[in-house]
Amino acid sequence: MKILITGINGAHARMVALRLRARGDEILGIDRRPWPDAPEGVHVFQTDVRKRPAADVFRQHRPDVVIHMATITHFTASAEERLRINLHGTRLVFEYCHEFGVKQAVFVGRHTIYGAAPDAPLYRTEEEPPLAVSTFPELADLVAADLFAAAALWRWPGLKTAVLRMVYMLGPTHRGTLASFLGGPRVPMILGFDPLYHFMHDEDGVEAIVRAVDHQLSGIYNVAGPPPVPLSTLARGTGRQPIPIPEPLFKYSAGRFGLPYLPPGAVAHIKHPIVVDATAFRRATNFEHKHDAHAVMVSFRES
Amino acid sequence: MGPFRLETLTSRDVRDRLERLELPFNQYGMDPFGISKKHLGVFYSMLEVFYKNYFRVKCFGIENVPERGGAMLVGNHSGGLPVDGGMVLASLFFARELPRHATGMVEKFAGNWPFVSEWFSRVGQLPGLPEHAVRLLQDGRLLMIFPEGARGTGKLFKDRYRLVQFGTGFMRIALQTGAPIVPFAFIGGEEALPTVYHAKTLAKVVGAPYWPVPPYLVPFPLPLGCEIHYGKPMHFPGTGREPDEVIEGYVEQVKSVVELLVLRGCALHRQRTDGTFEQEPKDSPSDPSPDAPDASSSSGPSDPEP
Repeated sequence: MKILITGINGAHARMVALRLRARGDEILGIDRRPWPDAPEGVHVFQTDVRKRPAADVFRQHRPDVVIHMATITHFTASAEERLRINLHGTRLVFEYCHEFGVKQAVFVGRHTIYGAAPDAPLYRTEEEPPLAVSTFPELADLVAADLFAAAALWRWPGLKTAVLRMVYMLGPTHRGTLASFLGGPRVPMILGFDPLYHFMHDEDGVEAIVRAVDHQLSGIYNVAGPPPVPLSTLARGTGRQPIPIPEPLFKYSAGRFGLPYLPPGAVAHIKHPIVVDATAFRRATNFEHKHDAHAVMVSFRES
Repeated sequence: MGPFRLETLTSRDVRDRLERLELPFNQYGMDPFGISKKHLGVFYSMLEVFYKNYFRVKCFGIENVPERGGAMLVGNHSGGLPVDGGMVLASLFFARELPRHATGMVEKFAGNWPFVSEWFSRVGQLPGLPEHAVRLLQDGRLLMIFPEGARGTGKLFKDRYRLVQFGTGFMRIALQTGAPIVPFAFIGGEEALPTVYHAKTLAKVVGAPYWPVPPYLVPFPLPLGCEIHYGKPMHFPGTGREPDEVIEGYVEQVKSVVELLVLRGCALHRQRTDGTFEQEPKDSPSDPSPDAPDASSSSGPSDPEP
């Protein structure tokens, strides 16, 4: 099978590529960053998904499956850049999928689009609205990308579209939103709050994406691993020191004293949980996580 | 001196009972709903003092609460603060050999209060959302519902033990999940914290629906005896998609049973406070529902005292 992975140079996208390559799939990749030592059978096109050469990759190579992982989650990129890549990039990728006869498109999204709020249900199902547009406005571009990808389900019924809302991926790669948050020796918390954090091992996340391809999944699915643990447990389990900060002082401490920089909207995500119900995905793919919460934290801490 | 550990605040009885509690704790002592065994230990040890010594709660008909599986405990609010909820939880934990833990449906405003929000979630008291109720019942858990809502705890002393309007959402969820409804009455809370006035400005400041002011001004309950009366489980046919009239009819049946339990409980409470209380009389209130053959409790008190 010919599989195109956008954003192939991301740590998790590379793992997906290597995994699929190892079992014999032909892998194409699009990324602005080079992958100089890409293994044989992985063909990387160094371009932006929004540029014409990207369209040429679709036109000339006609992939069967596209795994769209070219989204930016970190806040070091400007809001304009995030919007350009996350929303406009997603729009173009899905239009190419439709135009060039791709059979299945897998959008690798985030569970954070559900947003954190004190009166939100603990377990979010796929029917829940993406509250992040109001609780965490900086995530609006990812919410829009998710909804745009999901719109392909009715716009182009012939294209099997799987929208995966994945919990944080954590593990030896030290890459991803949660890994960045836990990057320093101290982890900020809001005094008096200790929300549940939902995460899964890097390898389990990769396995879930591969399963979505194998089962030709179509629809919107939450993807999760082990049950969530409180943020304080996560911090200690990964060898970090949780630092409770009174909420009014939080904005003054972000990015200082060895604490990570976080945009204002992130406060809600440190106060309230975002936990997802991944029953539908497990049922559709027989997916079972291999690493429990303890194993994930240890693998992150010790690598 | 080593670091402070929450476990040191857990009594021996609570520790033993926690071991018998059938919740799927993981290696961190957490269950999938975020309930923490460690926090439960402190929570129940605190409730134990109030249940056994402060309010000296007497519990009747605890055998009506199923030993396993989902069920909805539906009762009246009694008193200006939700101590009734705490004592109901304590009765399920202390008044039976196999303890059970129930989840209360907490007012949403509490979710933004530091520490309160954290502790509520660690001891399994979740915001009152239908999604939570359905999920917990489908998971075979006990749910504690006060259909009067904040209107119930906000009652003034002159209106004590007069049930206000019941919400109907709980009934649709019970039908949807097939969960039985176990009615109960909580007696004594109205005397323990009699509300004579609502301090509206203070309530607004703290973001609460009301702030109870008792005659002695400080809103803290007095150490008066309380009772809990559980009635027999009620089952209703349906899917939860019935018209409002049907649902309202079912809710009225539950409300009637709770009213009877309250009336009966008040009579017993008067005997207790008059010093003539010995044991629960055997006569039962009439059955208001064909599906609820006997709403009364069926045995004497489960005395918490050793």
